[in-house]
Amino acid sequence: MSLLEIDGLSKRFGGVVAVDGCSISVSAGSITGLIGPNGSGKTTIFNVVTGFIPKDAGHVIFKSGSIDGFRPDRVYELGIGRTFQLARIFPRLTALENMLVPVRRKGFRALFSRADWSHEKSRAMEMLDFMEISHVAGTLGGALSYGQRKLLELGAVLMAEPELVLLDEPAGGVNPALLERIADRIRRLNARGITFLLVEHNMSFVMNLCSEVVVLNHGRTIAAGKPESVRQDPAVLDAYLGA
Amino acid sequence: MTRILEAAVLGILTGGVYALMASGLTLIFGVMRIINVGHGALVILGAYLSFAVWHNFGLDPFLTLVITMPVMFGLGVVLQTVFIRPLKTDREALSVLVTYALALGIEGLLGYFFTSNYVRLRTWYDTASFPVGSFYITYVYIFGFLLCLAILGGLFWMLYRTTFGGAIRATMLNRTAAQLIGVDVDRVSAIAFGIGMATAAAGGVVFGMTNAFNPGSHYDLISRLLTIIVLGGLGSLRGAVIAALVMLVTEDVTSAVTSPVWASFAFFVVLVLVLLVRPQGLYGVRVRDRL
Amino acid sequence: MRLVGSLTALKAAGLVLAFAVALALPAFAPDPATTNIAVFTMMYVGLATAWNIMGGYTGYISLGHAGFFGFGSYALGLLLARFAIAGGYSAFLFVPVAGLLTAVLAAGIGWFALRTRAATFVIVTIAFMFMLQLLAENLVGITGGGGGLSFPVPPWHGGDFNIPYYYAMLALATLGLGISWRIRFSKFGLGLLAIRDDEDKALAVGVPTGAFKLTAFIVSATLVGMIGAVYGYYVTYIYPQFVVDPLIGISMVLMVFLGGLGTLGGPILGAVILEPAQLWLAYHFGASRLYLVLYASVFLLVILLLPRGIIPSVGELITKWRAGVGGSKGTGDPLPKAVSP
Repeated sequence: MSLLEIDGLSKRFGGVVAVDGCSISVSAGSITGLIGPNGSGKTTIFNVVTGFIPKDAGHVIFKSGSIDGFRPDRVYELGIGRTFQLARIFPRLTALENMLVPVRRKGFRALFSRADWSHEKSRAMEMLDFMEISHVAGTLGGALSYGQRKLLELGAVLMAEPELVLLDEPAGGVNPALLERIADRIRRLNARGITFLLVEHNMSFVMNLCSEVVVLNHGRTIAAGKPESVRQDPAVLDAYLGA
Repeated sequence: MTRILEAAVLGILTGGVYALMASGLTLIFGVMRIINVGHGALVILGAYLSFAVWHNFGLDPFLTLVITMPVMFGLGVVLQTVFIRPLKTDREALSVLVTYALALGIEGLLGYFFTSNYVRLRTWYDTASFPVGSFYITYVYIFGFLLCLAILGGLFWMLYRTTFGGAIRATMLNRTAAQLIGVDVDRVSAIAFGIGMATAAAGGVVFGMTNAFNPGSHYDLISRLLTIIVLGGLGSLRGAVIAALVMLVTEDVTSAVTSPVWASFAFFVVLVLVLLVRPQGLYGVRVRDRL
Repeated sequence: MRLVGSLTALKAAGLVLAFAVALALPAFAPDPATTNIAVFTMMYVGLATAWNIMGGYTGYISLGHAGFFGFGSYALGLLLARFAIAGGYSAFLFVPVAGLLTAVLAAGIGWFALRTRAATFVIVTIAFMFMLQLLAENLVGITGGGGGLSFPVPPWHGGDFNIPYYYAMLALATLGLGISWRIRFSKFGLGLLAIRDDEDKALAVGVPTGAFKLTAFIVSATLVGMIGAVYGYYVTYIYPQFVVDPLIGISMVLMVFLGGLGTLGGPILGAVILEPAQLWLAYHFGASRLYLVLYASVFLLVILLLPRGIIPSVGELITKWRAGVGGSKGTGDPLPKAVSP
């Protein structure tokens, strides 16, 4: 079953065509890798899917419903979370507070009631534990190391229990030990039923972790399928080594 | 009908002055990302400085600029270095408070030295005018307009044809990147502020010749200048000039058609209408954090 | 910043004490000069606290709040005139109505102003303030224009005149503080703080930024409007430029910055320090031009010397002291906890 369906998506910025009739299908329960040379439109696709920038053409369908033009907070509410290329957290809030910002339910009671608070806090501590950063729960986001921020960012996004998580370069700027930890977390979360779509440049990370891989070049899909087959696809080799 | 035409022409002529004042203000915002709410007070300061020179030495007000522009430029560099540069955190918000404090201080000092009586810069050719069709335009307005045109032209030339102008524009576009390519952004900021003050001096002279003013006049002035630069798009010089012309023509025509009372109100109505459709102003850029 | 809203015994005791002192103030300092200072100081405590709900929590700096202050004033004055309410305690009952009207105005202005970001927002709020001032001056039939608007004179007078107004201001300040406290430790408040830190990121994790900002704006403006209403009643006669007065709007901002933006105690501290100082300056130098120069100098000193405000700066000092005395920095472990506001 296709959880996320991107169909003929196009987006240009002035004279630059970032995404050019791109189609991608993300199956439920998969860890799908999205790779391609720099400038192939990967982050732009993320931004369109999550509602940060408007598209020029095409459709985005999530769980068989269109999410075209939905604003970012609505997209999150529907069950799509995302991380950013350079990990973004709230620097003047503590790690624990960062975990409590994500909104699951709106409405007066959810926002002001004290009763839910302790339940949410224990869930947050559990997630911090899972990410192995519970010891910095009381530290301000701005004082955390980059690796801790990446883990915090992912943990916070998961608080609303999204079905699909878009990861923008999860391996970017992290040392090998932390990288393995991140990969392990992704696998475990995937086992719990969360689908991942990740953009990455680190090939071994992608090939080891992903069940499916989609390759983009110049804003469109040039290959899709199992990692082994994609790795040997001549069009893919050409894209990386050619232009 | 001729009243409307006359009002439109007057709007363009006074629009020139506001364009000059507003461009200084938007330049300061573009380079330092601060809102100088004291700009109105600086214009009034320039007007009073010219007044002092004119009153004591009998120089034609336009000529006083030879003295006041350099003085104001230097003062601007000093003010920026002493009061603005030290602000590191919460820059935008704190700069508003600081520049407002400067405005108050200037208002107080001017009141102390000149009292709160209204004054005007006068010349022997004050009332001379020439006919255009069925109405008259005073020479003062024309000279003022030409002066503003000249200075604005000089400003644009400097920005787009000189190396230093390039440095200013680089700083406006991306401060960090400009630093990385070797631009001394602190120096650029100080000089940009100085330029802003110099344009305020010039604007002050023309303003002072066509309006009666006192130390408290800066409130009305700054409210209009801020409205103009938002309409034009913060940081855009082109926008500031066009917005100034649009605003002043609208105001003067509204004044002729309805009454002067509602003319000021029309000013803000135009702003509201434009922002409804384009929240970033005419030439502004919709700011989105890096995604 | 601390998350938990629970009070330590010491803090709770301190709060109760402060409140008791505030309540009893007129009893042991009943002379009109002092109670007048008390009224104005308590007024600014309320104004600063209210402004902080928007400016401090969301980071959106409104410089037009004087417009709501003036609107609240005129609203109450016109309500009292319309319903022919005589001066007295019943007039205070209409203050919440003035507040409601201000809320409606704030909803309209806020919806519009919040479509813009940061720097433009500041200027748009200034523009709206001047628009309100112009309307007050020019809608002569309604507001009396430059001639001003009068309020009914209450039956109590003489030395005790100020006292009911003091309690009215105290009530509003307490209300404001209570609301601010409740917001601060709720999910809504966290959302506001998230907006302040990184608005797009907040959106990405589901925070309905538009609705949140507008709500904070309306709450903030309503409180300011009600305080303005009581002010109008206190001075019994209002004029456009003295009630929609940029100086009032800027003062409340300065007080919050002095005390500490976004903290609970900061606005109170700032108001309690600056308002008596302001009144003192006005009393001694008000007649001369130098008043403005002195006021401006105080202003500049505050901003340049304490850009982060008193409470955060003190908090930092304490943290450094604790780190130096107590722990080790050793293994690259996280820095010590931030101190609560």
